[in-house]
Amino acid sequence: MSMQVTAQAFEANARKALQDPNLRKAMDIIGGPMASRRVETARELPEFDALRDEGVKIKNHVLQHIDLYLEKFEQQVTARGGKVHWCRTPREARETILALCRSRNAKTVTKGKSMVTEEIGLNAFLEAQGIQPIETDLGEYIIQLAHEPPSHIIGPALHKTREQVAELFEEHHPDYELPQSPGVKAGPRSSDPQALVTEARAVLRERYFQADVGITGANFLIAETGATVIVTNEGNGDLTQSLPKMHIAVSSIEKVIPNLEDLSTILRILARSATGQEMSCYTTLSCGPKRPGDKDGPEEFHVVLLDNGRSEMLGTALEPLMRCIRCGACMNNCPVYRSVGGHAYGWVYPGPIGAALDPHMIGLETARHLPNASTFCGKCEEVCPMRIPLPDIMRHWREQAHAQQITPPLQRWGIEAWAFAAKRPWLYRLGSRIAIAALHMLGRKRGGRFARLPLAAGWTDGRDLPAPQAAETFMAQYRRRRRGGGR
Amino acid sequence: MSARDRIFATLRAGLKDSVNDSARPRAVAGRIAGHPRNLVPQRAQIPHAQQVDLFVAKAEALTVTVDRVDSAGAVPAKIADYLARHNLPSTLRVAPDPLLESLPWSERPLLQVEYGPGRSRDLVSVTPAFAGIAETGTLMLHSSATTPTTLHFVPDHHLVVMHESQITGGLEDAFARLRDKLGAPDESWSGNWPRTVNFVTGPSRTADIEGVPVLGAHGPRRLHIVLIRDGAAEN
Repeated sequence: MSMQVTAQAFEANARKALQDPNLRKAMDIIGGPMASRRVETARELPEFDALRDEGVKIKNHVLQHIDLYLEKFEQQVTARGGKVHWCRTPREARETILALCRSRNAKTVTKGKSMVTEEIGLNAFLEAQGIQPIETDLGEYIIQLAHEPPSHIIGPALHKTREQVAELFEEHHPDYELPQSPGVKAGPRSSDPQALVTEARAVLRERYFQADVGITGANFLIAETGATVIVTNEGNGDLTQSLPKMHIAVSSIEKVIPNLEDLSTILRILARSATGQEMSCYTTLSCGPKRPGDKDGPEEFHVVLLDNGRSEMLGTALEPLMRCIRCGACMNNCPVYRSVGGHAYGWVYPGPIGAALDPHMIGLETARHLPNASTFCGKCEEVCPMRIPLPDIMRHWREQAHAQQITPPLQRWGIEAWAFAAKRPWLYRLGSRIAIAALHMLGRKRGGRFARLPLAAGWTDGRDLPAPQAAETFMAQYRRRRRGGGR
Repeated sequence: MSARDRIFATLRAGLKDSVNDSARPRAVAGRIAGHPRNLVPQRAQIPHAQQVDLFVAKAEALTVTVDRVDSAGAVPAKIADYLARHNLPSTLRVAPDPLLESLPWSERPLLQVEYGPGRSRDLVSVTPAFAGIAETGTLMLHSSATTPTTLHFVPDHHLVVMHESQITGGLEDAFARLRDKLGAPDESWSGNWPRTVNFVTGPSRTADIEGVPVLGAHGPRRLHIVLIRDGAAEN
């Protein structure tokens, strides 16, 4: 029941995405302004790279002591009057949240942005149980109306054009009174982003006050104070958690950090890496329900902590993934993500982080294409604020796929044949000499290019393969010239 | 075995031999009690006068407007001017905070001052702040009986009244002041630690439609600060 997985169809998804003109427009925004703002704000802080090292140090320290910090966190939440719920699987998390909602006889639930609730497929589940979830982050609200999953972890609806958003609002807001100028009849609905934001603000405003339960995510869990932390720009998360009688923060175990000083350090790299802001508009620490005398705030505070396989990463090649702070910089800078968009990856976490994480969460068999969706340019690791070796982890998955015989037989045999030759230089030299000479000969008859070649359709479907100009290998030519043989 | 026990068992298995290292609990207790600072950027370590200038410059770059006054007595007039400038009704929803209650509101008899938490139709709120953070032009606010959180998020216009002496260099300095005021979070329910601490950096914004930045997504469309000079140049 968690989010529908289409990762196994990555190749078909990607082919479709490449034909989508709206997606091209969205990718220009992500690869253009979003990526360049990161570079600008990072440049304005001379200590930026040193702060990344500090962040890595903090997270590595946490991972060596994660059990103890999680215990301390729980102890502090309990001391503040809240409760921590531990869930191993998406199913356990959904059932826990449902039971909490039922205890409040909840009819509607407002939601701040949370990738973990996407991971557990919470919205569809609550709807099936007769509880209406209302996404309040503008991007999440738009894709909820469109019945689509997010295409980016920071900008979930960036693949929608303003005209498409206006159409969705036209369909879903029958009671919204469009602002009128004197003497002019209402409508047609403007597709101006300012007008659309104003409309969403007005429609969602009453929802916050009517909701029985507010569900948010949490970017960090602070062991020192028992606080959950959300980092947002719109203010929807704060309205979501301040107005209903119950606040449920849904997060995962690797988000724990020791103290407020560590939070300060990581906040300095998070917003800069994510949106190129120095600080997001709203960073909010929440611990416990309203205090005696408080005039607002929830009466109950719950933290639902999901594992979903994360604990198994500790002490393995995947452990560095537990440092991820979900900023999205790896996808903004990935040439593959920027070509095919987030939906092609077919699960909650797209881009390089998804290619490294998804095989663990949804199984390598299903996600086997994702670690191959990479040019190994290394840009993701270069921009990752937590210096996660994403290409290494993708390589790890490729090796696993080979070892577990998940890759198609032809590919596997090809690789094994190549490996056999690569370990025997005389054979490799002989083979390449024959191949080059043959390609050179055949190529001369075809005008120096191949439009089709057996076993190389992956290359020749998209472009011609130039035939070798000489009848000998590069190495052979190189050796001959060094000996002074001239041309 | 409960879900909790199984999660902890898996984590401890992943820690392998180091799990029984007696230095681990000591390291955790020390880091929480001592909360040492990590690298703090130079920008956050400047003299107080420069902190005030940087705070104002950073806030203004985010479209925050700042009025600077010589005494608390001048605040109601500045707020009345703000309302007139933005063509707003004269009703204010104000935090029931000692600083704000002590202001000479009666000098501006047209202002209707109501104290209490934010409600869905409130247009303008006035609140104090706990601290200002120079490095990013950020306000630090927290919930309490006299400072309801909803005033920070519900109204269209959020007006903040604070003293220059409340401005600090970096995030760590602001947390240090909060710890000094409240005491470290202890483990009893009576701990003074507030339900929520809000860092506010400029007005609400979104870029969720085609990446176009728009102000006033769900929180305040405008953020205005009335900054009172107090000459107290502490660092």
